[in-house]
Parts: sequence; structure tokens; C-alpha cells
Amino acid sequence: MCCKKLSEGAAAKFAELDAFIDGLGIDRNDERRRGRLIQVLHKAQGIFGYLPREVQIHVAEKLYLTEAQVSGVVSFYNYFTTEPKGKYCIDVCMGTACYVKGSEKVLSEIERVLGVKADTNPTEDGLFSISALRCVGACGLAPVMMVNGKVYGKVTPAKAVEIIKEYKELG
Amino acid sequence: MMKIDSQKALAAAFDAAKGELALRCTSAHDINSVKKDILCCGGTGCHASNSVELMDNLRKYIKENGLENDVRVVQTGCFGFCAQGPIVKIMPDNVFYVQVTPEDAKEIVESHIVNKKLVERLLFVEPLLKERVQDYAKMSFYAKQERIALRNCGLIDPERIEEYIANDGYKALAKCLFELKTDEVVQEVLNSGLCGRGGAGFPTGMKWKIAAGVQADEKYIVCNADEGDPGAFMDRSIMEGDPHSIIEAMAIGAYAIRAQRGLVYIRAEYPLAVNRLRSAIDQARECGLLGNNIMGTDFCFDIDIKLGAGAFVCGEETALIHSMEGQRGEPTTKPPFPANIGGGYWGCSTNVNNVETYASIPEIIRKGAAWYSKIGNWQAEFDENGNFKRTISGSAGTKVFALAGQINNVGLVEVPMGTTLREIIYEIGGGVSGGREFKAVQTGGPSGGCITKENLDTPIDYGNLTKIGSMMGSGGMIVLSDKDCMPAMAKFYLDFTKDESCGKCTPCRIGTRRMLEMLEKICDGNGTEEMLDELESLAKTITDTALCGLGQTAPNPILSTLRYFRDEYLAHVRDKKCPAGTCQKLYSLTITDACIGCTKCKRQCPVGAINGELKQLHVIDQSKCIKCGACIDGCPKKAIVKG
Repeated sequence: MCCKKLSEGAAAKFAELDAFIDGLGIDRNDERRRGRLIQVLHKAQGIFGYLPREVQIHVAEKLYLTEAQVSGVVSFYNYFTTEPKGKYCIDVCMGTACYVKGSEKVLSEIERVLGVKADTNPTEDGLFSISALRCVGACGLAPVMMVNGKVYGKVTPAKAVEIIKEYKELG
Repeated sequence: MMKIDSQKALAAAFDAAKGELALRCTSAHDINSVKKDILCCGGTGCHASNSVELMDNLRKYIKENGLENDVRVVQTGCFGFCAQGPIVKIMPDNVFYVQVTPEDAKEIVESHIVNKKLVERLLFVEPLLKERVQDYAKMSFYAKQERIALRNCGLIDPERIEEYIANDGYKALAKCLFELKTDEVVQEVLNSGLCGRGGAGFPTGMKWKIAAGVQADEKYIVCNADEGDPGAFMDRSIMEGDPHSIIEAMAIGAYAIRAQRGLVYIRAEYPLAVNRLRSAIDQARECGLLGNNIMGTDFCFDIDIKLGAGAFVCGEETALIHSMEGQRGEPTTKPPFPANIGGGYWGCSTNVNNVETYASIPEIIRKGAAWYSKIGNWQAEFDENGNFKRTISGSAGTKVFALAGQINNVGLVEVPMGTTLREIIYEIGGGVSGGREFKAVQTGGPSGGCITKENLDTPIDYGNLTKIGSMMGSGGMIVLSDKDCMPAMAKFYLDFTKDESCGKCTPCRIGTRRMLEMLEKICDGNGTEEMLDELESLAKTITDTALCGLGQTAPNPILSTLRYFRDEYLAHVRDKKCPAGTCQKLYSLTITDACIGCTKCKRQCPVGAINGELKQLHVIDQSKCIKCGACIDGCPKKAIVKG
């Protein structure tokens, strides 16, 4: 679980999240209020970039759930992360179509160049984090990588390094 | 768009809209037509290859030439021919351009639109004939297809309900509401022979019949759009290209089983599909096709979207329901089935079907069960009233397959059941890419198995695929060539199921891990022959004892590859060799005397493992080499060999 202090501007972020949750009209006596949890966590991760413990506790309180219920859901789903991500999130598709077209080599080259492993911490400068992802459905372009949601198709290890270089120059 | 509050209003909307598609529904080759529609693929794949910028450029040049009143640029859904994207189709000319870049827009407008002259270099070249083809109906990729679930993909603008209505949209719903009783709708679907396209292949009509038979005030109808099989993307394409067909089909299903609410459970990894579906739901609401008193009847129905959060097991219907309830997506034992009270969403009776299943339903209702059941190789027994009794053999209708891997024409194809694998791979798919030799096709994703050369002529249907040790699954077809290692493929799938195992039952949680460890040893050259028997026996135990479909089918890739490619496993454990040359621990790279000392490999090596001076033989330092193969690709003399 992450215990790093949330960055400045946290108050504004919590206010944004609260406005969203209040708009849902949660009724503490409604046993189906829990059905909103995943939707709220998506929103929270969109605002904070990740779901540290204090955000999870906050969500639990607002939805009248226990922290364990929230944490159980966060830890179950791949999409949710409790660690901050880099400024640029690199996702390498490891779906079958990409795998047979050599995405494993692309991933290991990116890991080597950035010096961090997939699905762990971001690079020291905070610029990049890497994830291995299961199929974005763009199998015609295999192998595929994404940077902050932008899809790059027919990637080779060399091309991946060039793409990273471009983002590095942007800073 | 006007309010559609009666059957008459729908007819009026159809009349008003049908002109929208006039230019597009023709087999003419009218390059001289002044009025034109330029259709561009707006699916995820083509978006990634700059189709948005391409459309902007086309619009810009059309405006510059003062043609904006006659020529429209339309963003459609996926054409299915993803390997050749972005695709531009010009109608009524019936000209199909492939791999079009934003820079080509000027030439297309000036040459084709203004001067009526084809842009030859952008036409598709048939890989087998080496000829340029301009008409898509004549391409081998499309000629054998029969597009029912994909009927609107690549034809209509998915963001405009008018175009869906213009292609007979919502007529099936009207037919149900005004002409058919609820049990007649169920019977029609049952008689059509349609089976669940998500994987298991359970008859859809039977599912509806069970749900319709439950007496309850609160019922739900759910669309399973959690397309988790890596390598399959038909559900994404349908949602992006034809979202209204899902809405209409869910409304039909809701009418048939008497549900009031619909839910679409969709992957968060598909943002474009989520947006298209959201806007389609909004439009349907505005027109009164969702909400209270649909088309002036007392039928009330609405749809909500539930986002998934990345868990393969949520494709299993009980896990999916738990996820929609905001819980961990863990499956539970059946019964109770979702249709039973106590088994569904918040304990209510719930019917779950897959996206592709829904996409076929409006056409089945509109054209009738008899029409659909004759497509494919279905043989069934009917009673004296013409009602379905039992299936004798084969399957009805069409199935969409996602062709990927080592194949020339990567993309989505929809073919009648009973088509052979040979037709799909060699005729539609254009054969194995790179002139390689065909080894196998993996179908059914992580739950499926391999089909080998010997079975290339087996007609594809649910029963036949199970018989040869694979399964239909959601329709992913990964073509493998002689350079793909089968134990490594099994390892890849086990790595997937090990990650995606929810952890609830022991056989799956621990068993998948143990199997993966054995496969890793085999691929690293540390396996033994006894290990193969151990692996097989463990795989069978897991099949028999795991709780849900994910665990029960997880060993399939192992069992199937052991059955057909035992010799490859033996090569790994006995000779410590990988015949396909992909298991990195089982080969090293060396430079032969053919080296001319051009230094190209030395420059390309990312870890500096190659030594040698200009015009002298180069040598690879094995302690540094990471076997990435960059040197092989760069060598002009093919002097670097695996061995």
C-alpha cells in the first residue's frame, strides 16, 4: 500500500471526486450502493492518477463501505493501481497476436532502455512507467504499444526506443 | 431526429433516412457520378494509423475544390481488413483503397474525385494473383464472407442513428412489439439455431426460454462486452461500428423475457467503443427507442453501461454479475444460474448474452428463423408445428473470426458455419505470411487448442472443433508458422491464465502456477521426459476439478499441444533443442565465415556484444549477448545463425 504524501492540490482533487460522488445520490440504506464502487474508483483514478490508501479510505467513507471492501476490489482488478504512474505510461500489448509478432522483444528492450521492469515503479525521473497489457484489439497492427493511450502499431525494438526518445525530449 | 412514438413514425423515419445510403448500397462502378460518399474506417486500428487526420485532409481538399455539396466524407466502423488500414472506400464507384495515409488525401481528391482517374498505387494487390483489384466484392478476402453480425460495419456512420434506421434498423424491434407475442420471439430465436457466440455455444433461444419462464417483477438483460480473449476483437468492432444493433437486440431480448433494465458490461480498455455506445444510447433515448412506452406501446426499457476494470475471469457470467455489483469478480458455482432467482444481478433473474450474439438477432427477427437456420451446416429436428426439438449436427448461421498471427490478411471475417479452415486461411486470409510453412491455428484463446494441417478440411462448427480438441471460443484464430514454438505458446497461455486466475479455487490458483513452472523448465532446457507425463496428468486433474470455465479450460493449450506436437516437447526435453528456434536458452547466435566485416551488426547490437574491425570477421561475445536477434535482421549476408 502506498503511504507517500499526495501531491499539492490534493484538496481540489478530493473536492472534484466528492462532487462526482454526491451527484450519484448515494443512499446509505440502499444495499445496492456498492454497485457504484467500480465506477467511483475509475473516476478517482482518473483524478489522482492512482489509488493510494487515503483515497481508498475516502471512497469507503463516502459510499458507506468498509475499507476492506474497497481495498479488495482495488487489488483484484488489473486496471487499478496503488502506485503513482510515470508522466508517460507505456503500455506494451502482450495479447496473443502481438506475442507471436514479437512483442516480448519490444517489452524487454523498453525495460532495458528505461532500466525499470513492467508493472513496477516509474523511472527515477518520474517520466515513464511500463505496463504489460492484454490486447487492445488492434491486432492488425501487431505488435502494438501505447503511450498515454496513443497507439503505435508494427513496433520493433528499435522503433520503440525512438518513440521513447521523442517523449524524453518533450520532458 | 424526430421522436419515434409509433410504428408509423418509424416508417416515416425510415423513408426520411433511406436516401442516406443510396450511394452506398450499389454494386455499380460509377466513377462518373457527381455525388459521392467517401467512407473511411473509424475503428481503433485505423485511428491508430492516422485515419482521423486522413479524414480531415480529405474534407479540406474537397472544400478547396468546391465539392462539399456533392462529396461527403463519412466515418464508418471497421471494414474488417485491418492489415490494410486505413481503408477508404469510394461509393457509388465501388473503389477500395488500402493503406491510405493523410498525405494521400490530396491525390485521391484531385485524381479520383475531380479527374475521375483511379489512384492505381492505392488499390489492393491480391497476394496470390499479384493483381490490383478495385472492387471489394471481387477481393478474395471478402468474396467468401457473409456479413450478418457485421452487416453495418464499414457501411454506416455509427454515430448517426438515421443511418442505422436507413438500413432497416429498429424494424425488428417494431415487428416484435406489434406482431409477435413474447413467447413467439423466444421460439423464433430458438428455431433459428443461434448459439452463444461468446464461447460456450449454448443455444440462445434456450437461455431466453429459461429466463422468460421465471416469474418475477424485476429482471435484467445483460450484454457481455468484456472481450478478454487476447487476439479477438470482433466485439470491439461491432460496438464501434454498429452500436445500435446491440441496443435494438437487447430491447428485443428484454421484451421476450420481460426485463425492464439492460446493462452492458464493457472493458475499460475499449474507450472508443464505450463512447460510441454511450452516444448511441443517448440518441436512442432522444428518439424514444429507449425509455418509457417505446413506440407508443406499454413496453418500457432502458440501458446502462457498467465499466469493467481488467479481469479476464469477468467474462464468466457469474463473475461478471459480481463485478457489476461492485465486488471482486469471482465466479460462483452454478446452479443457481443467473436466470434463476437468487443467481443473477442483485439476486434477480438475469439473462446474459455476448455482443456478437446480440448483433445477429435483429436480422433473425426481421428475416425469420427459417432464413437464418439455412445458413451454415445445421441439421436439426423440428416438431409438427415447425418448432425446434434437437440438433442433429452442425451449427446455424455465421461466425465472426479474428484472423491474426502469421497470416497475410489480418482482420475480421464473417463466414457461414461449416466453412473449412483451409478456405479461411488460404482463400480469405491469403495464406501464411512471409512465405512460411503453416503449422497450426490456435482457436479459442487461452481456453482453446490447436488445429493442425490434418484438420484443415474439417468444417468449422461448435461440435467439430470440440471433437478435434479445440473450441470455438469467441472466435480468435491465431495462425502459427514453423517459426512458432508450441511449448512456448502453451507457456504463453499458461502465463496468462496464471495471472488471470481469481484465486478462489485451489486447482486453478495453484495448478496453473505448477503447470507454468514445468513449461518454463521445458523451454529452458531443464525438463525431463517424466515431466511431460506429470504435466498431462496434472492438466487432466485441473480440468476435472476447477470451479469455473476459466480453470477447467486453462489446461487446454497444454493438452492440445501435447497431443499434436509431442515431438516438439521431446526435442526440448531430450535433445535440449527448440526446433522453431524461439526458446532463447536453447540456442546461441554465432557469425559464420560469410561475414564480410561490414560492421552493421556491431552498430545494431543494443548491448555491445559484437566485436570485430572493418572488413574482418566479427565475433559475438556470448556472455553479453541477449539473443534479441537485431543483428540477424541487419546482416546483409545472412552470416548470423542460430544453433
